Amino acid sequence: MQAFLNQKTITAAFILLAVAFPILTQNNYFIYIVTLSFIWMIGVYGLNLLAGYTGYLSLAHAGFFAVGAYSLGILTVKAGINYWAALVLACLITSFIGLLIGLIALRTKEHFFAIYTLCVGYILYLVIYNWESITGGVRGLIGIPAPSNIGPISFQNPLSQYYLVLFFLLFTILMMYRIVHSLSGRTFIAIRNSEELAQTIGISTMKNKLVVLVLSTFFAGLAGALYASFIRFIGPDIGYITITFDLLMYLLVGGIGTLAGPIVGTLLLVWVSQYLQFLQDYRMLIFGPLLTLIIIFYPRGIVGAIYSWKMKLGKKAKRTSDRGKSSGHDKGTGSMAEKKVEEG
Amino acid sequence: MFLETKHLTKQFGGLVAVNNVDFSIEKGKINAIIGPNGAGKSTFFNIISGLHPSSSGQVIFKGKDITKLPSNKIAKLGVARTFQTTHLFEQSTVLDNVIVGHRLRTKSNLLDAVLRTKRFWTEEQKCREKAIEVLDFVGLTHAAHKMADSITQEEKKRVAFALALATDPEVVFLDEPAAGINPDETEGLALLMEKMVQKGITVCLIEHKMQMIMKISDKIMVLNHGEKIAEGTPEEIMGNQTVIEAYLGGSVSA
Repeated sequence: MQAFLNQKTITAAFILLAVAFPILTQNNYFIYIVTLSFIWMIGVYGLNLLAGYTGYLSLAHAGFFAVGAYSLGILTVKAGINYWAALVLACLITSFIGLLIGLIALRTKEHFFAIYTLCVGYILYLVIYNWESITGGVRGLIGIPAPSNIGPISFQNPLSQYYLVLFFLLFTILMMYRIVHSLSGRTFIAIRNSEELAQTIGISTMKNKLVVLVLSTFFAGLAGALYASFIRFIGPDIGYITITFDLLMYLLVGGIGTLAGPIVGTLLLVWVSQYLQFLQDYRMLIFGPLLTLIIIFYPRGIVGAIYSWKMKLGKKAKRTSDRGKSSGHDKGTGSMAEKKVEEG
Repeated sequence: MFLETKHLTKQFGGLVAVNNVDFSIEKGKINAIIGPNGAGKSTFFNIISGLHPSSSGQVIFKGKDITKLPSNKIAKLGVARTFQTTHLFEQSTVLDNVIVGHRLRTKSNLLDAVLRTKRFWTEEQKCREKAIEVLDFVGLTHAAHKMADSITQEEKKRVAFALALATDPEVVFLDEPAAGINPDETEGLALLMEKMVQKGITVCLIEHKMQMIMKISDKIMVLNHGEKIAEGTPEEIMGNQTVIEAYLGGSVSA
């Protein structure tokens, strides 16, 4: 119960802080960076559901992100469709492509799935790069409109865009929370733990994996579409493999398979990247070893490390109180138990 | 017939892992399959539970041919199984691990999860109650809220049983349930299997611990090199010359 309250207060504090942030800083550059981080987070959440909770590491997510962005761009710029309709369509198009690819990709497992999706991501990039008549090729698409007005609310200035993106992020988090804490979420986790075991307890693994992949690409598409209308210009680079690895890095550092991981990882790494801008691509020399260390010592990232640390503390507290209750307990075994807890 | 295999055969390339096996499982009894390592016992289980397709032959469950069904459909019909090692979600509690076992008897989907519908709440509750019930049945009520990585080997075996039982099975296939645990714990698991039979669940197990097999099983089949070499009551098997030869190699002069 205490943990639940704790979680609730943290969530409330995060929402409050996010809402108050633009008022607190008044700095447009910071608002811009944080808005961009929020957009990445939505994509990272999508990746997390697939890679973190279901155990299928997709390396095609930059491709899906780009499909979302280009769908929105093409629909608004070339077809002249209403922004909000285009936003919904962009997500649906991305999910549909996800479905088609999933039907084939999900016949592979583990490394093979990763390699297969790596190729799929690259193919998506190549299609965008070379299909000049539609995507504008290497020149990209310019003049993508900002979200159109809803009644009196306009989304032309950074502040209102910040709140719009925040709204979608909170929506994403709510969806993820409800999916993960449900029988469906348990089903996905069961598939991650052991696909054979999941099958023998009556779970249709193919169907569930396909559902997750479609959902996952839906959020990648949403992130891409928001990105397009926020930056207003897109080039094929956003579908390139480095974006996939950015998303994956945010997820791994924050905590794969945790709900808070995407927020922590993305904020931290985007913030650090800003300070290391002067190093250009050499900043990977810092990120690379750091990532390796995190994967070795904290496979579930920062958030996972905090969880296990809290659990350890909880166990220790319980041990101490248990020892307090049983008077005349042998001191030797007591300290041995404590030692075990420390090691474990 | 409750569950039977007819001429069941499985080939992996040139290797015949299971060769023309006819076996019938008796309802409400403890059926055992024994045999030296590599005799094809686990493969036999894998075919029945639908993880491997058979090369030829049939598996009939309650008059229905289930040979070609995928394993999740077979589970729904009431055939459960355990593995030699159970992969639990270690960062979660035992109870949380078992709840998903009843998932196949529920209908709620993602939409229910997202909208938190009435069906969502009733089915969550139903699965939780089932998990508590089966954990109680296998004697793990005390460990329900322990983390899965902190329980003993024997408790893990019991969790595997609980997970299988949560699917509401009519027959449970247990793959070496007593491997890697001490004699006292083996005794406890044997009692649990007898308890399952009393509850009306048919048990079929693979095991190497002969003392336990001979004590609890009603019927034994012996496999060697994929072929059935003997079948019968424990007394019949103990006196069977072919079985003794298969286990000890060569002829035995008694």
